[in-house]
Amino acid sequence: MKISFSVNEVPHSIEIKDENTPLLWVIRDMLHLKGTKYGCGKAACGACTLHVDGEAVRSCSYAVKFAEGKKIRTIEGLGTKENPHPVQQAWIEEIVPQCGYCQPGFMMATAALIDKIPEPTDDDIDRNIINVCRCATYYRMRKAIHRAAQIQRTTSKTME
Amino acid sequence: MAKEKKKVSRRKFLIRGGLGTLGVLAIGTYVFRNTIRRQIAGMVDTAEAPYLGNTDSPLIWFEITKDNKVILYSPKVEMGQGIFTGLAQVAADELAISMDQIKVAHAPSASGNLDDFATGGSTSMSSLWQPLRELAATMREMIKAEAAQKLGVSVGSLSVKDGIISGGDKTITYAEAATNVVDWDIPDTPTLKDIKDYQFIGKPFSRVDLRDKVFGTPLFGMDATMPDMLYGAVVRPTVIGATYIDADTSKAENMPGVVKIVKEADFVGVVANSMLEAENAKNAIVVTWDIPKVWQTQDIEAMIEVGKGKPYVIQKEGSPKELLKEDEKLIVSEFKSPIGAHAQLEPNGALAFVEEDRATVMMSTQVVKITRNEIAKRLELDEEQVNIVPTFLGGGFGRRLHTPNGIQAAVLSRAVGKPVKCFLTRKEEFQNDTFRPPTHHVLKAKLNGKGLIEAIEHNVSSGDVAWGSPMLPSILETIMGADLGAWRGGMIQYGAIPNYRAISWRVKLPFATSWWRSLGLLANTFAIESFMDELAVKAGKDPVQFRLDQIQDDNRGYRLKEVIKAAADKAGWTNQIVAGRAMGFAASTDVNTPCAQVAEVSIVDDEIKVHKVTCAMDPGLVVNPDQVKAQCEGAIIMGMSASLFERMYVADGQLQPTIYGPYEMALMKHAPKEIDVVLLQNAEAPGGVGEPPLGPIGAAIANAVFRLTGQRLREMPLKLA
Repeated sequence: MKISFSVNEVPHSIEIKDENTPLLWVIRDMLHLKGTKYGCGKAACGACTLHVDGEAVRSCSYAVKFAEGKKIRTIEGLGTKENPHPVQQAWIEEIVPQCGYCQPGFMMATAALIDKIPEPTDDDIDRNIINVCRCATYYRMRKAIHRAAQIQRTTSKTME
Repeated sequence: MAKEKKKVSRRKFLIRGGLGTLGVLAIGTYVFRNTIRRQIAGMVDTAEAPYLGNTDSPLIWFEITKDNKVILYSPKVEMGQGIFTGLAQVAADELAISMDQIKVAHAPSASGNLDDFATGGSTSMSSLWQPLRELAATMREMIKAEAAQKLGVSVGSLSVKDGIISGGDKTITYAEAATNVVDWDIPDTPTLKDIKDYQFIGKPFSRVDLRDKVFGTPLFGMDATMPDMLYGAVVRPTVIGATYIDADTSKAENMPGVVKIVKEADFVGVVANSMLEAENAKNAIVVTWDIPKVWQTQDIEAMIEVGKGKPYVIQKEGSPKELLKEDEKLIVSEFKSPIGAHAQLEPNGALAFVEEDRATVMMSTQVVKITRNEIAKRLELDEEQVNIVPTFLGGGFGRRLHTPNGIQAAVLSRAVGKPVKCFLTRKEEFQNDTFRPPTHHVLKAKLNGKGLIEAIEHNVSSGDVAWGSPMLPSILETIMGADLGAWRGGMIQYGAIPNYRAISWRVKLPFATSWWRSLGLLANTFAIESFMDELAVKAGKDPVQFRLDQIQDDNRGYRLKEVIKAAADKAGWTNQIVAGRAMGFAASTDVNTPCAQVAEVSIVDDEIKVHKVTCAMDPGLVVNPDQVKAQCEGAIIMGMSASLFERMYVADGQLQPTIYGPYEMALMKHAPKEIDVVLLQNAEAPGGVGEPPLGPIGAAIANAVFRLTGQRLREMPLKLA
């Protein structure tokens, strides 16, 4: 069947045999965007987190058929090296990643969080950022999340 | 790259002693096994790590690019520890280029820049510190020699800065000097710069891989692609000890997308057009397994018990055995740790392309050379015909010291003549891991009239760690018997105690056990340092002072004392409960790096809550303080995760659980809000960093819990009664 959606503002129309194929594999293997990671395949680790219409979604457990007509954003569309998203800027300033494999998932989850809660408390972070990082970069990640929220608040004020 | 003209003028790069000499020593003295064993055991704990790869030619390490940058080809892989950044700083300083001018890439095995050991054991910086500076300095002199020729001036008149060579009124870039050089002269190793003259070493540079990791650049084995790539899947055992016999593939053969079913003597796999089609077909294959025994957790626990298996005395001073006879003064305690999974986020796998007379394999591996040799052997190719292209690792932790997945991908690729990418699922990862073995510890001690330890003994029973891996020569196993990974951190580090010994009880478990970040350090330190806390309480002493009073007066003792004092000072150590929080103290020495930690803990809703950890560590010279701190922060939380939550068990032959969540790990909500790291530098060269800070955390938390609740928690994961 044919499914149409946009990824990072580029429209895609894909032909797929199994409409229940997880979105993750469509993004990675058909659209060749490798920033979204496989970690567990059961929505248990969050490495595959991306945005569907602005919501953080664990794409390993999200059938591609549900993406019809939706706007998908992946780490590749979050920001660019020239113009990083506040989350990426904060991640750079706090030097968060170690191995880096889980980091796109955390950054996508964080971007969705600070869109909803512009000034998250530690409790907000604990409740919403529930991905797994084996290098255990959580200490710097928490600092980066607060910083990202601050950058985003400052930026949006400037734009007003 | 140009070839080198001659090696005659070449003085060998300095090769340091240490572990590299062990094999020879061990063979020569086989007859005096018990004494020698203890000597070697002591050496293994204190020897400097040698670098075991090729340091003959700078030309396989460095490439000068047209835009006047230098690529450093690293034989050590980047798995998050930040080694690319540290090596860039070290090389740039001797190359006399700026940090913007150096790039770091993995050395493919075909380049010949191969490490005979592995990336692991916290040895990358300590082992490359000397040879890499020598290689970089030599490369710099080689470029200068070419520049002198091109400028028509003497080498002595040249000065270099930021990759630009000046002589008289002329300048030339490294790139220009290196252009069209066919035969490089390799000079004697030049004198290295004074450490105080280094511009980059010792500074907190940001990670060289940071931006790629923040913008989602494909870096990892699982991200690798090749044109016309197909996808593989291999049926893997779900039960301990299962051996492949045969497979019924009739149903799988006709499934959509299947290109080929591949039956080998030891496994069956499938190649398909997509990952999901390969997985679906794999799940339709019915394998006959030989399963000699259905194991349960209690079977494993019964094996791991001090007194069972074979004992090896790995450390002995004075007369501990005689003094620790049973009487009313004898204090005995037991501790346990469970089976631990690596649980790294990127599963194992590989992308392989096998052609008639060569093979290319892109993958995450900590043992590039072993992986290459194993694949070559299986494919019956020469080792040089197999090129391993290492990728960034989505976590290492010891999980990628065993790489049968590389062989499997290669075999599948050969069967179809196309590139095949084949990865483990998460369930397969959990069930086919090379686990951290469970441990059982029995500690005995007696105090003297002054409240100091008269005699102490640590017994550890453990599955294999070092002998579970292919990295060390088997002669070592024959000589040593005891497993040097299992006893890491298991020796008594308080050398002023007059009588002490450590005994390692070796158990062969029915499933694969191996290196897990810090090997035995976490469990051994948990046991010894919990016991030290117990003894301090029995002696009526402050646990910090109790430790300081029993450390010997030598350099090793000095460094240990200094981190203990620094951690206590920085944390504002108190033995009292303040506002519902208590502190716990622990210290360990691993790969010559002493580390002390203070955990500040409270009980919230009947759960152990770690609020703050203060860590003082002395890894010697620090190349990048920010990244050393990052290693401490990560190790502390990973160690906390293992201490408070993680546990694999065995049910009806299966290792369980097989998914995150049920395999409980520390998450954001568990991480301490404050981690305060103090770095001391009481040694002239860099020591190990990645593992040492994982040592004390379990005991530090348990000791704090005792202060709060009076409960002495003796088993990891730590749970309140």
